[in-house]
Amino acid sequence: MGRSVSVAVLAVIAFAAAASLGLVRNSTVAAQQKTEAPEVKIDNFSFGPAELTIPAGATVTWVNRDDIPHTVVSTDKVFKSKVLDTDDKFSFKFDKAGTYPYFCSIHPKMTGKVVVQ
Amino acid sequence: MTGKKTDELFHDHNHDGINRRGFLKCMAWAGTGAFCVIQGGVLKSYSLSRLPELGDKQSMGELSFAQISDSHMGFNKPANPDVAGTLKAAVDKINGVAGNPEFILHTGDVSHLSKPEEFDTVDQILKSANPKDVFYVPGEHDVLNDDGKQFLERYGKASKGTGWYSFDKKGVHFIGLVNVLNLKAGGLGTLGHEQLEWLEKDVKHLKSSTPIVVFAHIPLWSVYPEWGWGTEDSAQALSYLKKFGSVTILNGHIHQTMQKVEGNVTFHTAASTAFPQPQPGKADSPGPMKVPAEQLKSVLGITSVSSVQGQHALAVTDSTLA
Repeated sequence: MGRSVSVAVLAVIAFAAAASLGLVRNSTVAAQQKTEAPEVKIDNFSFGPAELTIPAGATVTWVNRDDIPHTVVSTDKVFKSKVLDTDDKFSFKFDKAGTYPYFCSIHPKMTGKVVVQ
Repeated sequence: MTGKKTDELFHDHNHDGINRRGFLKCMAWAGTGAFCVIQGGVLKSYSLSRLPELGDKQSMGELSFAQISDSHMGFNKPANPDVAGTLKAAVDKINGVAGNPEFILHTGDVSHLSKPEEFDTVDQILKSANPKDVFYVPGEHDVLNDDGKQFLERYGKASKGTGWYSFDKKGVHFIGLVNVLNLKAGGLGTLGHEQLEWLEKDVKHLKSSTPIVVFAHIPLWSVYPEWGWGTEDSAQALSYLKKFGSVTILNGHIHQTMQKVEGNVTFHTAASTAFPQPQPGKADSPGPMKVPAEQLKSVLGITSVSSVQGQHALAVTDSTLA
């Protein structure tokens, strides 16, 4: 009994500490991203958001909302979509932590980045 | 912001290493009826509406040809739901040009999504053109998914590398270049080392009096790098052409007509036969511009070029489809 109380107290202290550091808020966002699959919209010749941070293991989906076809190609050749016409989608699962820059190989001025934590 | 960008274009800050005796003579937007003449120089350009005012001497030469561009067959969005119809209108226009153009140059984006049926449709429509020879260079929309293999099989059997080639017609040397492959993140159009080496050799043996016409999809001058409207290594390509008295560069890609004269080099972009794009910096992005249906044909067009042998002058004429 005494032992479980101390565990509970510790948990409360840990939670308070984490909250004061802002960790709780971050983990909540991460949890939301896990349930609502992270998405990048391609619109007006740009990727939005241009930089997306996700937890390892998450799958990112790109969707083309432009009247013009685009591609999603990793600068380091980690992933490469087929050409995406209007409303076409491309998904990729990021297992390893790291920074993944990418661009549209048709309109190379369009660049973006996925940061996997 | 937009005013500043236009200034940059006029003052040409592309630092491409070319001897800058030249100047921007005229920028002509499709449908505005702009007219420019370069005195004692290289190129004449006038819109269709001015054609009746010009005599046969100006509009006809010993060699004339038409340029079409950016037919984007397969595109079906509101900016133009009938790209086949507007391409047909372009062909009718070519068939009506005085001086009977001998051949057609297509400066790329033949298709919208590189689908075989899109290319088939364009081939079928171009069969009704009076000029039977069509010379192509690919646009980025023609080389999707297969790095241009299909395009090469269809249109580039006699070409080198990824599709570049040259040929001679009545003393004019034509060079088709490919600058839509192996594009790098954040970059512009690219010719690449192998193609540049070939170009240097291709023109080395030519007399400096030979008129040169270079055609490629993405502009070989910095139209608007912010939108990718330029070619990374075009300065090197142009350096091989410095010795020539008359060089005309024909491009597409930006779906509007624009011209610049630099010394002996005249740069010219053609309108699209499919849909217009905004002027540099005048919109958030270079996406298709929607104009009222009744205005569409006034912002689409063809370019016809005639060469008068011995004068080393090329007359470039833009016509709208209206």
